[in-house]
Amino acid sequence: MVAETTVATGTSVLPPAALPSRGSRWKRLPVVHQLRQSVGLQRGMLVAGLVITGIFVLTAALAPWLAPYGYSQLRDADGAFGAQQPPSAEHLLGTTVGGYDVLSRVIWGAQTALLVIVVAILASIVLGVLLGLLSGYFGGWLDRLLVVLADAIYAFPSLLLAILMAIVISGGQSSMWGGILAAAFSITVVFVPQYFRVTRAEVVRIKGEAFVDSARVLGTSHGRIMFRHVLRNATRTLPLIVTLNASEAILTLAGLGFLGFGIEPTKAAEWGYDLNKAVSDVTSGIWWTALFPGLAIVLVVLGITLVGESLNDLADPRLRSRRAAAEVSGEVAETSVVPGGTLTAGPGGLDAIEGAGSRSDVLAAAPARPDPDAIAPDDATAAGPAAPARGTPDDASTDETEDRR
Amino acid sequence: MSAVTDETAPRAGRDAGRPVVTIRDLAVSFATDAGSVRAVDGVDLEVAPGEVLAVVGESGSGKTVTAKTILGLLPSTATARGAVVLTNKDGTAEHDVVALRGDRLRQVRGTDVAMVFQEPSAALNPVFTVGWQIAEGLRAHGKVGKREARRRAIDVLRRVGIPDPEKRVDHYPHQFSGGQKQRIIIAMALVLDPGLIVADEPTTALDVTVQAEILDLLRRCRDEFGTAIVLITHNMGVVADLADRVAVMYQGKVVEQAPAHELFAAPQADYTRKLLESVPRVGEGIARAEVRASARDAGWDAAQPVVAAERLTITYPGRLRKPGFTAVSDVSLAIRPGEVLGLVGESGSGKTTFARAVAGLTRVTGGSLRVLGVEMNGVKERELRPVRPRIGFVFQDPATSFNPLLTIADCVAEPLVVHGRASSPEEARGRVDELLEAVQLPRSYGDRFPHELSGGQRQRASLARALALDPELLVADEPTSALDVSVQARVLELFAELQRELGFASLFVSHDLAVVDLLSDRIAVLYRGQLVEEGTGAEVLGNPREEYTKRLLASLPVPDPIAQAERREELRALRGA
Repeated sequence: MVAETTVATGTSVLPPAALPSRGSRWKRLPVVHQLRQSVGLQRGMLVAGLVITGIFVLTAALAPWLAPYGYSQLRDADGAFGAQQPPSAEHLLGTTVGGYDVLSRVIWGAQTALLVIVVAILASIVLGVLLGLLSGYFGGWLDRLLVVLADAIYAFPSLLLAILMAIVISGGQSSMWGGILAAAFSITVVFVPQYFRVTRAEVVRIKGEAFVDSARVLGTSHGRIMFRHVLRNATRTLPLIVTLNASEAILTLAGLGFLGFGIEPTKAAEWGYDLNKAVSDVTSGIWWTALFPGLAIVLVVLGITLVGESLNDLADPRLRSRRAAAEVSGEVAETSVVPGGTLTAGPGGLDAIEGAGSRSDVLAAAPARPDPDAIAPDDATAAGPAAPARGTPDDASTDETEDRR
Repeated sequence: MSAVTDETAPRAGRDAGRPVVTIRDLAVSFATDAGSVRAVDGVDLEVAPGEVLAVVGESGSGKTVTAKTILGLLPSTATARGAVVLTNKDGTAEHDVVALRGDRLRQVRGTDVAMVFQEPSAALNPVFTVGWQIAEGLRAHGKVGKREARRRAIDVLRRVGIPDPEKRVDHYPHQFSGGQKQRIIIAMALVLDPGLIVADEPTTALDVTVQAEILDLLRRCRDEFGTAIVLITHNMGVVADLADRVAVMYQGKVVEQAPAHELFAAPQADYTRKLLESVPRVGEGIARAEVRASARDAGWDAAQPVVAAERLTITYPGRLRKPGFTAVSDVSLAIRPGEVLGLVGESGSGKTTFARAVAGLTRVTGGSLRVLGVEMNGVKERELRPVRPRIGFVFQDPATSFNPLLTIADCVAEPLVVHGRASSPEEARGRVDELLEAVQLPRSYGDRFPHELSGGQRQRASLARALALDPELLVADEPTSALDVSVQARVLELFAELQRELGFASLFVSHDLAVVDLLSDRIAVLYRGQLVEEGTGAEVLGNPREEYTKRLLASLPVPDPIAQAERREELRALRGA
C-alpha cells in the first residue's frame, strides 16, 4: 500500500558525495579515536601511557630474543653466574640471590605479566558481561542473587581472595601455565563483580530506553533484544575499565608473587617473586635485585593507568579539553532540518525535497553539519552521549542503590 | 535596595530611555570536536526598561546562547566577540559583560540581571529550604541579617503568589508543585530587584494551565517591579501573550525585530511568515474531520472497534506497604477502524500509560481493554505476539527511540526481520526504501546512523518503522512534542497524509490541544486518570461541557496578541468562577 503513495523518483539516489563520511574504520577504533581527539596535556598523558604500554607489550612479545639468558638459567658455558653479582658486562643488571640474571628475569617477567593480564581480563569480561546482561535484563530473583554474591565478593580483601583462589586452583604446585592460569583466575574472581556491576547498571538503564520499548512493541524475542539492542549499547565503558583493571591485575599478580603464592622461578619469571627474594638484599646494600623488578612494576602500572585515565577524561565531554577557538570563527551551523528551507520544502511530496538539483546540494551540505548537541553545549554536557562513560565501579554502585530504593 | 517592598514606583524606569541591555554585533563560537562552530553571528539587540523582549527561533538558532551571554554564563569552550552592555536599574553604572571576569561579573549577576531557568525542579537545590535559597542571593550581594533576609524572602514569596509564605518559607522544594517551584525561581530572581530578568523557556516544562499562571506572574514582574524581561521561547502563543517586542532568530542571526502586534499582524521576513503559518491553531482541524466523517459508509459505526476500553484501570504497584498509584481509572472509550482518536491531558493525566497499555507495554490491572480482538487484561506475551505486527508505535523522543548503533535502514527493517517478512535487513532493503520515500526521506538516508539525522527526520523514520508492517492501529505517543514548530507542522501534515492514504486507525496522544485538533476525528480529554470529556473536535473544542476542558482550552495561548488578550480575560473570569 505504501508503494502506491510513493512517487516514482529516479532522482532519489544521491551522489555518493552526499553520504556522510564517517572516517575510516581505523580512525574510529577506541584508542586511536581518542588519540586523534586529544590536545595538550591530555594528549601528552595519553601518548606517554601508550609509549610505556607499547614498550611493555613489545618486551613481552620479543622476550626470547631480547633477554640475554633464560629466566631459569643459572649457568652458561663459563660456569655458574654466581649469586648477588653486581652489574657487570656479562650481567648488565647483576644477578639475584638465587643466581639468576636480573635483566633476563625482568624481561621474561613482562611476558608472564602480559599473559596474566590478558587471560584474567578476557575471562572476567566474558563472565562479568554475560552475567550482568542476564541479571540486568531479566531482573527478579536471579538478579538479586547475583548482586548479593557480587557484594559478598566485594567484602573480601581482594588479595586474600586471590590467595585462596591460587591455592584452590593450583593445588600448591605450579607449572608455568598452571601458575599463570591460577594467578589469572584468582584475579578474575576479584574482577568479575566489577564488570558485572557496570554492565548490569548500563543494561538496567538501556532497558528503559525507548528503542528497547520499540523492539518490544514489535514482538522481538528476548534473545534478540538482549544481544542486538541492549548488549551492543552497554559495552561503551568497558575499554576504560579494562585499562584500569589491567594495572590492578599486575599489582595483584606481583602481590601474589611477593607473598609466595606465585609461580616457581624455574617455571616462569615473575617480578613479585623476585622482589620477595630481594627483601633481605636491600638492607645489605645490594640494590640491583630489588630496584629493577620494582621499577618494571611501577612503570607498567603507570603506563597503563595513564592510558586508562586519559581515556576516561577523553570519553567525557565535560573533562575533554579542546583547542580553544582563538577568536570568533567557524561556520554558522546548519541547524535547520532542511537547511535553508525548513518551511519551503513543504509536505508536498518527494519533489519538494529532492526533485530539484539544488535540493540535493542542500542535502550534501547537511552531513557537514556538526552534531546539533555540540552547538548548545549546555545540553551537550548535561546529556552528552559519553556521559555514562564515567561508569567506574563507584558509579555503578550508585546506580545500584538508586535502583534498589 | 528596598524596592522589593517599595510599591510606590511601579514601572519607575520605564521612560528613562536608557536601555537596560544593549547587545552590539555579538558573535559566539564554540570549540567542538568537529572544529569551531559559530552559534551566534552578529546579533544586535536592545531592551528598554520595563519591556518584554521575546527572542524566538527553532532549536539551534542561537537564542539561548545569546541569552546566556547577557549573564556571562557561556561555557569555557565558547569565545565571544562584540559587546553586551548592561545598565543597572538606576542607570548609574554600565558594564560590558563580555569583557567582565571573576568578581566583577559576579557583582553584576543577580543585581543587574537575573535568570529564570527552564526546569524549575532542577534549578532548586533539594536539600535547602526555599527561604534559605532566596536569602543566599541577598547574602551574596552585601551583608544582610538573618532576620532581615527572612523577612525579605517572605515578602517576595508573597508577591509571587505563594500562599501562606510565613510557613512555606521553611519548606523544601519537593513540597511545592511544579508551577510553585517556578514561582520560587522567579522570586529568587526578583529578590535583588534586578533591572533585567532573562527567562529561558520559563514555561516549557509546565502544563498549559500552569503556564498561563506563570505568564501572568511574569507580566506582573514587568508591571509592578518595572523589570525588563528577555523571554527565550519557541512557543508563539507565549510570545503573543507576554511580549512587547519580538526578535526572530534564525541560524545565529536576527532576521526580524518588531513590536509584537506588528510582527503577528504583518510579518516582514519570509522566515517569520512561515514560522507563524506553521503554528497549529485550535479549530483548523474541525472542517477536515467533517470531510472525513462524511466520506464514511453508513455501517461504519457498527464495525467492531479496533480498541475498546471498558472501565479500564491501570495501577502501578506501590512499594513496601504503600498503596499503588492509579494512573488510569475507569476509562471507557473506543476507536473504530480508520478513526483517529486524539487523547489530550496534562502531565500525570495517564494519557501515556493508556497508550502504552494499548501497545501491550504496560499491564492492565482492572476492567477490560480489547485491542484488535485480544483482551489485554492478563494477556500472555505468546497470545499477544500474533497481534503485534498489526500495531505500530511512534515514540515521543525520536532521539532515543532508535538503536544508536544500527543504521536507519536496519532500524526500519527490524520489524520486517522480526516477523519473518525478510530474512535479513539487506533483503528488506527494497521495502525499506519504499517506506523511507513514503515518509519523504531520501533513500540514501537509510545508510545513515540515527544521530546523523535531525529530530524531524528521525521522527519521520520512526513513522516509517511503525508503518513497516502495514498496521491497522498506530499508537503515537506525543510524536511531535520534542520537535520545533516548523518541523512539527511538516510531521503532522505527513501523518495526516499517510493516515488518509493507508487508512489506519490511530490513537494520537498529545498535551497540545491544537495538535490533537489538527488530526483527530474525535478527542478524549483525560484529567488525573479519568476521562473528562469525549466527542468530536467540534463538540469538545467548539462547545466544551466540562469545567476542566474549558479551562484547558482557555489556557492555551494563541499566536495573536489581540485575540490572546481577550482570551486572557476569559480565563480570568473562568478562574474567578
